[in-house]
Order: sequence, then C-alpha cells, then structure tokens
Amino acid sequence: MSERASSNFKPKRSLPYLLTAPATLLFVTMVLAPLLLTALLALNSYDDSVGIKSTYDLHNYLAIFGDDYYLRIFWRTFWIAGLTTLICIVVGAPEAYVLSRMGRKWRAFFLIVILAPLLVSVVVRAFGWSMLLSADGLINHALQAVGIAPVKMLYTSGAIVVALVHVMLPFMVIPVWTALQRLDPTVEHAALSLNASQATVLRRILLPQVAPGVLSGSLIVFGLSASAFAIPGLLGGRRLKMVATTVYDEFLGSLNWPLGASIAIVLLVANLIIMMTYNRILERRYSKTLG
Amino acid sequence: MSFLKLENLSKRYGDFTAVENLDLTVEKGEFVSLLGPSGCGKTTTLQMIAGFVEASAGRILLNGRDITNEKPNRRGLGIVFQSYALFPHMTVADNVRFGLEMRKVGAAESAERVKQALALVHLDKFGHRYPRELSGGQRQRVALARALVIQPPILLLDEPMSNLDAKLREEMQIELREIQRKVGTTTIMVTHDQSEALSMSDRVVVMEAGRAVQIGKPLETYENPVNAFVSQFVGKANLLPGTVEWVRDGGAGVRVGNHVLEVQGTSLAVGEHTTLCIRPEKIECCTEAEEQLGGVVASSFFLGNQWLYRFETDCGDILVILKNNGQTSCQPGQRVSLRWPTSAMRAVASESAIMRSAHV
Repeated sequence: MSERASSNFKPKRSLPYLLTAPATLLFVTMVLAPLLLTALLALNSYDDSVGIKSTYDLHNYLAIFGDDYYLRIFWRTFWIAGLTTLICIVVGAPEAYVLSRMGRKWRAFFLIVILAPLLVSVVVRAFGWSMLLSADGLINHALQAVGIAPVKMLYTSGAIVVALVHVMLPFMVIPVWTALQRLDPTVEHAALSLNASQATVLRRILLPQVAPGVLSGSLIVFGLSASAFAIPGLLGGRRLKMVATTVYDEFLGSLNWPLGASIAIVLLVANLIIMMTYNRILERRYSKTLG
Repeated sequence: MSFLKLENLSKRYGDFTAVENLDLTVEKGEFVSLLGPSGCGKTTTLQMIAGFVEASAGRILLNGRDITNEKPNRRGLGIVFQSYALFPHMTVADNVRFGLEMRKVGAAESAERVKQALALVHLDKFGHRYPRELSGGQRQRVALARALVIQPPILLLDEPMSNLDAKLREEMQIELREIQRKVGTTTIMVTHDQSEALSMSDRVVVMEAGRAVQIGKPLETYENPVNAFVSQFVGKANLLPGTVEWVRDGGAGVRVGNHVLEVQGTSLAVGEHTTLCIRPEKIECCTEAEEQLGGVVASSFFLGNQWLYRFETDCGDILVILKNNGQTSCQPGQRVSLRWPTSAMRAVASESAIMRSAHV
C-alpha cells in the first residue's frame, strides 16, 4: 500500500534542496565563511608597527610547532580534556545507570537535578567554583577551622578539571541514559538466569551495549573541554593557559590576529583528528555487533 | 515425590493481589502450562519461580530444596523470555556459551555442548551470526538453545510463541514439544493462547484473577470445565443459565427459556440456579423429527475446514461448529433443527473467581 502511495506522490526533484536551503545558508554563512576567513587570516603575518600584513605563508604554524611554549599549552589542553572525559565516564555512566533504575518520580526529579546546571551560565558557575576554591574561599576556611594549612586550589589545572567535569557531566549522562533506555531489561534477567553475578552482568552485558552512548558522550565532552574558554579563563588565571584562552590573548592582548587564527586552526584540526581516531577505534569494535 | 512444588504461593502489590494461594505440584519431565488472560497472575507466578519477583507468602520447593528466597542467579533454571532477551552484542554461539562460561565449563566440553545445543534447534550453521541477523523464529531457537545448554532442572517459557506469526507458531509448537520430549526437561510455560496450552502440555493450569481455577489434563479441562470462565476461556462454549426443574438419579432437567434441557452426572437440587455449557462442535443439525431445539440462522462464518454458525433459538444465541463437507452453507434466516448427545451437556458453576471476590 505504501508503495502505491509513494508512486502516486512524485515529489519534485528540487524539493529536498529547497527544504535544506535554510540550514545550508545558515551553515555556509555562520560556519564555513568564518572558518575560511580564519584559515586565510592564519596565513597572514603580523608586525608590531604595521599590523596585519597580507602575506600568505605558513610561518605562523612553524612558529607554533617550533615553540615549546605553545606545544605545552596544547599538551595541557588535551590532557585536561582527556582527564575530564575520563572522569565524566567514570562518574557519568554509573550515574546514568542509577538514574535508569530509579522509580519514575525520583528519576524525573534527579534528571532535573542533573540538567539544572545547564540552565546557569558557565561564567556564573566558574565564578562559583572560584569562590569555593580561592585562597580565602569556603573550602580553605573549612580546612583552617579543623587545623589544616590552606591549600592552593584556584589557578591550578585541578581546579579547571573539577569545574569542567561539573559542566560536562550532563553531556555524558544523557547519551548513556538514552542508550540504557533502549536496552531490553529482560536481557539482564537472562544473564542472571544463566548464573551470571551482578558484576558480570554489568561488565559483560550492560557495558558493551551502552558503549555507543559512552562513545558519543565522550566525543561531546572531549570536544567541548578542549575548546573550553570561560572555565580555564576564570579558574586557570593569567598564567595557566589552555588553547582557547591563548587564542583570546593573541587576538585581544598582543593583537596578533594571524597567530591567534593559526592556533585556533591547529586546535580544530587536532581536535578533529583525536575525536575521529577515537570514534574509528570504538566504532570498529562495536558497530559490527550493535549496528 | 514431586519435583517442583508451589505451596500457598502469593504475591501482593499493596492492595492488589497478583497471585493468591497457588498450590501446584509438577512431576519430573512434565510439561505444565499456566493459561489465563492477561493480568491473571500467570507471568507473576513464573517470575516467582525464576526468582525475579519475590513471593509475598508461600514456598517454592525444587526437588525438596526450598528456593523461595534464593537469588535468580543461584537457581540455575533455564528461561526463555517473551522478547527472547538474546545478548545483542554476542554471536549466537557466544550467547549459547554464556551460561556454560558462567559455570566454568572447560573450553572443549563447552564447545561440544554449544554444538549439540545448536544442532538440537537446527541452527548448527548460524553460530557465528549476530542475533539481529536472524529471523524471529531463529532467535527463539537460540533462546531455547541457550536455556537448554546448561541442562537446567526446569525450563521456564514465558509466552514463547507470542512474537511469531501464526504459521511459524504452529511449527514451533510441534518442534518445541518434540525437543522437550527428547531432552526430558521439566517445563513450565506461560501462555494466553488456549490452543497452544492444550496442544503442548501434559497438564494445564487455568488461572483467573490470581488463582488457579482448574488444574488438569488438557482433554479433561476441555471436556469438564469447572466454571463458566474456564469453559469460555478454554475453547468456545455456549452458556445457558437456567433453573433446575427435576432431578433423577444423577441427572437433572434444567429450564432454559421455555425448554427443559437434560444434563447428566450432576448433584443439582430442584429450584437451584445453574449454567449449562455445551461445546459448539457437539451440536449437529438434524431432521425436524429428531429436533431437540429449533433455531434460525443468524450468521455464518466460513473457516476453511469448518463452518461457524450463530443460531437464534428460544434458549438464546447458540454457536455451532459444523464440518465443511463441501456444500454451501445454511442461509441467514433459514430455520434449522439442532440436536446433541445428552452426555455433551454440562452444568458449570456460573460464577467466576472474579465475581466471587467481588461479592465478598
């Protein structure tokens, strides 16, 4: 019946193009054009007295890869993003599992609790963390009250990781939770009936099935963490830089736009390569079985 | 000694009683079906035997051992789930092997047993496939092989055929019963399909509103339903409510409308209200001279091997099933004469368990 319906209804060839036109337009003007301009800008050079000069070569890239200073910033950015992702997996996946096991009322409540941070601006949350972690913040006051010497927490990579995990957790919980929702609950019963322990059920039955959820969650978390700006800006301070804050400083501090643009491009490409490799490795492992 | 024994088993959820004081004994090698409409407590009973639902009261004894409070992963029962519940990320062979792995069976032995189990369900060549590459019927066989490979003391089947189409269902019923006979595993099947229960089981437990209303061999249950509910749920039945007019050595005459119909082998008292029950296939058309009841054809349905008629009579609507003998049917409006052997008429308790509990 549906066959006949589709043969009677012959859409115009142009229809799909017409329907996707608004999105295409948006993508081209808002994403592709700025990206292209940035890529071009990255090829220019900068002179303190003259400003931006319209040369076209790769000297900015050579400067980045030849300078230990930038390489350390890149390295720091990626290990912070990697560690944040790892912690989000370790915290978020069990959290999603517990969430999926709750009664309906409690689940609705805790889902809101998990999502609520998204309603508060990242900047506000970063300030919150800085108030907690600063030299005379709440935590250090508490430590002093019990007789422990104050600890430097603000302006450390630890502070950045903690705040990033806080911000990124919902992006891990939600895809894992969605993956858990799709599972047939009797599959667990089946494993139990075959003498599997609860731990074995988790490891052998549940985890492989939610792997795609963990995968997409970690891609989102890693990508957002590696390009995070407000949190490293506010919690890393002036000296502990991540890539995004470095780009900002090049643009607005030293006014070296071409260098800032090329750092941004390197971040983008590196991010893409890391994420695609990760995706490729995990997908090859699970796509065959889970489709 | 009975192999599996349910004693006074009950399950309550707050005010709602899902299963009430269920007593059942199952012998080794027996195939028992729990039959009933949805919400009758049959699945809850199965879940309690499996250990996924905790019993509120009563005991479950397996081979003399009390397993009422044992964890499901210690009971060692083989279960085929309604959704089959295969592990989607494992191959067919890995699915079947899982239970052996959990029991720490050696590699060589488990390879052999997986092979045998897959051969038993005719899936020898599908070991390397993933569940999503199989058809519904094949998935069900994998689930069966996975449950049987661990050589469980009891096989539990939860609506195993409900996801198969009609033709495949019939084939699988025959095959499942053959496999069960071959391996001799004591089996308990939950189903809402009365023909499935009748054709496959040694005994049928008809359940209604959490209680077992009748436990018996399929033929016995069909021929002698204890109440109106069983008579209608197991097969089709004509139910005729009436009043006892006379009693004579184990038989009685029951007034239904302006006819007095005879029923044998009952202990009814004059004036008592009762319900008569007769199966549609026990009634036949006859000449007017032999007529026990006259009627008019209201509608007719052709079912291939038989005709299903609805006749309007003085005693109410009567369903009759007649063999298709290659001739055209009676036309609606046509007058017919009906008769039946007196032995086919039954008196049944007219109230069902649901109605009883509603009256209390």
